[in-house]
Amino acid sequence: MEKHPFQLRSHKNTAAPPTVFKARHRRVKVAVASVIRQPARHGATPPSAQTRIPIRKFRPYDVFHNMNSIETAPARSPALRADGPGAAPPAAKVAGIELRHVAKRYGAVEVIPDFSLVIEPGEFVVLLGPSGCGKSTLLRMLAGLEPVTSGEIRLGGREVTHLAPGQRDVAMVFQQYALYPHMSVRENMSFGLRNVNVPAAEITRRVAHAAQMLELEALLERRPAQLSGGQRQRVAIGRAVVKEPAAFLFDEPLSNLDATLRARTRVELARLHKRLGATMVFVTHDQIEAMTLATRIAVMSQGRIEQLAAPMEIYHRPATRFVAGFVGSPAMNFLPVTRLPDDAGGVGVRLSGGAVLRTNVPAWPSIGGELTLGVRPEALQPQAQGELSGRAEVVERLGERTLVHVLLDDGSLVVAEAQRDSTVSAGEAIQLQISPRHVHLFDAAGTAHHAS
Amino acid sequence: MASPNPVKATRGAGAALSHWGNALFVLPYLVAFTAFLVVPVVRGAWLSLNEIDLLSNESEFVGFTNYINLLQDPIFRGAVFNTLYFVVLSTPVFVALGLGLALALNRPGKTGAALRAIFFGSSVLSVTIVTLVWRLVFMPERGLLANLMNGVGLTPITPLTSETLALPAVALVTVWWIIGLPMMLFLAALQQIPQEVYEAAAMDNASRWRTFTAITLPAIARTVALVAVIEVILQFQIFGQVQLMTNGGPNNASRPLVLFIYEAGFRQWALGLSAAAAQVLFAMMLIGVAVQAWIGQQRDGA
Repeated sequence: MEKHPFQLRSHKNTAAPPTVFKARHRRVKVAVASVIRQPARHGATPPSAQTRIPIRKFRPYDVFHNMNSIETAPARSPALRADGPGAAPPAAKVAGIELRHVAKRYGAVEVIPDFSLVIEPGEFVVLLGPSGCGKSTLLRMLAGLEPVTSGEIRLGGREVTHLAPGQRDVAMVFQQYALYPHMSVRENMSFGLRNVNVPAAEITRRVAHAAQMLELEALLERRPAQLSGGQRQRVAIGRAVVKEPAAFLFDEPLSNLDATLRARTRVELARLHKRLGATMVFVTHDQIEAMTLATRIAVMSQGRIEQLAAPMEIYHRPATRFVAGFVGSPAMNFLPVTRLPDDAGGVGVRLSGGAVLRTNVPAWPSIGGELTLGVRPEALQPQAQGELSGRAEVVERLGERTLVHVLLDDGSLVVAEAQRDSTVSAGEAIQLQISPRHVHLFDAAGTAHHAS
Repeated sequence: MASPNPVKATRGAGAALSHWGNALFVLPYLVAFTAFLVVPVVRGAWLSLNEIDLLSNESEFVGFTNYINLLQDPIFRGAVFNTLYFVVLSTPVFVALGLGLALALNRPGKTGAALRAIFFGSSVLSVTIVTLVWRLVFMPERGLLANLMNGVGLTPITPLTSETLALPAVALVTVWWIIGLPMMLFLAALQQIPQEVYEAAAMDNASRWRTFTAITLPAIARTVALVAVIEVILQFQIFGQVQLMTNGGPNNASRPLVLFIYEAGFRQWALGLSAAAAQVLFAMMLIGVAVQAWIGQQRDGA
């Protein structure tokens, strides 16, 4: 990444004609950002080279993108547009996305009832949910591959609800890659540019850049059939990158890769996002992908957003029982409990085994006493005087931690986390202690109440 | 094949023996192939070099006399031309129309399914039915075509009695009759193309024509070649429709090679001459298919 061509070439091109403004613009931005991060690497670059770059006033954004602190970002696209020279393209790069009351029905079947979401420019939003929750449909509506039943989609302030897929200035990476089998890698990547009559020299340049960035240079003349799965995936990403779109859409792009490659490509995607600073929308059912890539995760269920928040917020303060059960591996344990009368402290509950637990969850007015207690494995540890007792069924020693699957006396199964060098063995009677500061209580409607 | 593999290695010396035993499995086909294909072809070639009198069951080796006679026979030369003309007339239509229909009907839903069934439906009819129907259509004075042309105020034409229109009319009937198979082959090929690729093309701003030429056509190139080969082989052997509709007329204008072979062999009992004509047809088909294979290879290589 340090040797990235963007950084080396961008400084030379400050006098490029206005037609390549779009491209130059981004390269300069990335270069500046990289300089900030790795000053030593660029010691040879004359300091004045940076100050001559007209885009330099974007530096704050670029820094912020590389630090990934979206919350403080001012609206980006209007500034970009106002700043450009006369020939600035109409669609400003790195656009935000806005979905307003979008709905989708197939005949009588309502897939997405009413969906609203604002994605900030440069944000990496992951739509996370089980299959059939409407996340892919939503992405396809963003891409224009699926008509919208009602509602409005705006991209960088421009209404695109009914525009053809090619006219939205978005690029999509498909789950099965969808490469053109009869074209070489180079042709695959330049197809979209040739269709909109980008000059040949510009196509060559962009393909060369993307190939270098994605390590595809040696493969440019090959056909997709001659590539491995991971290489095909990189070509699919490259095909999106060369378009320099306002937003990238990813439809479960990692699900066809093996575990090792998936982990590696995940990191590469995160790096790509930092490098390009582009808006990205990523659909997945894999919570690890969501946690590692997203600036914000939208957990979806039945066409609705259950929770929209930063990854750790989702993990520590899941809004509903659905979110709590979906995010985290191994999953959160759920135990039926009865609420005790309030006293000065947090809510007290009685476990099904009879033990009483004083949680740190602040009291709230509830109807009926039946609640569900949620506790993650790391907040449930083997302890001599624990509230729960049962028998260890399976002990999973993962190296950095040890998971114990415990069959409780009331017949429910929970997963607890023991010390990594714990001597617990399968078949042993075991007692588990719940950390009262790390529990969640869910009422009958599934709404969560947190201890902290 | 000769590379050492674990299975062979463990079998050791027994391998050579069982190798010959394996021939037993292909023997039945080999016998049938020889008896029903190789022998007739060789015998046909031999017949073409003889002058045969079927009545006295005598034959005399005459060398290439039959071929020379054929070459000097204007009716035979006409038949060769008619056959080639018919293939050139019908094969491109089968490819283009078959593909066009397949593209138009490659959609889910009842209308598409019904139309696919209708277009394929005529293929199940026998040649006698098809020609009967079309003779009624082309019938002078009272036929559908005559009525239609009268209706719009034109002088009715009678294609089957016209030297220039007879063969095109037969080609039209042939296309109507068996357009279903090319259509089905193209449909099967089109459905092999993943939908995602078309979606990617839509994201890539490809126009409909560009999508067709850059994505659909390359994906079904093999099927296009297959349909072309099948139709060339089939249409070189045009016989039934012509015999039933024009019987080679008017003035031999629609006489194809197979009809010539049939008449020489089974009407005039000139078996040697007939066999020689059959060899010529065989050679023409071989050349036609070889040329197509060569074109296909050129395109693949490019």
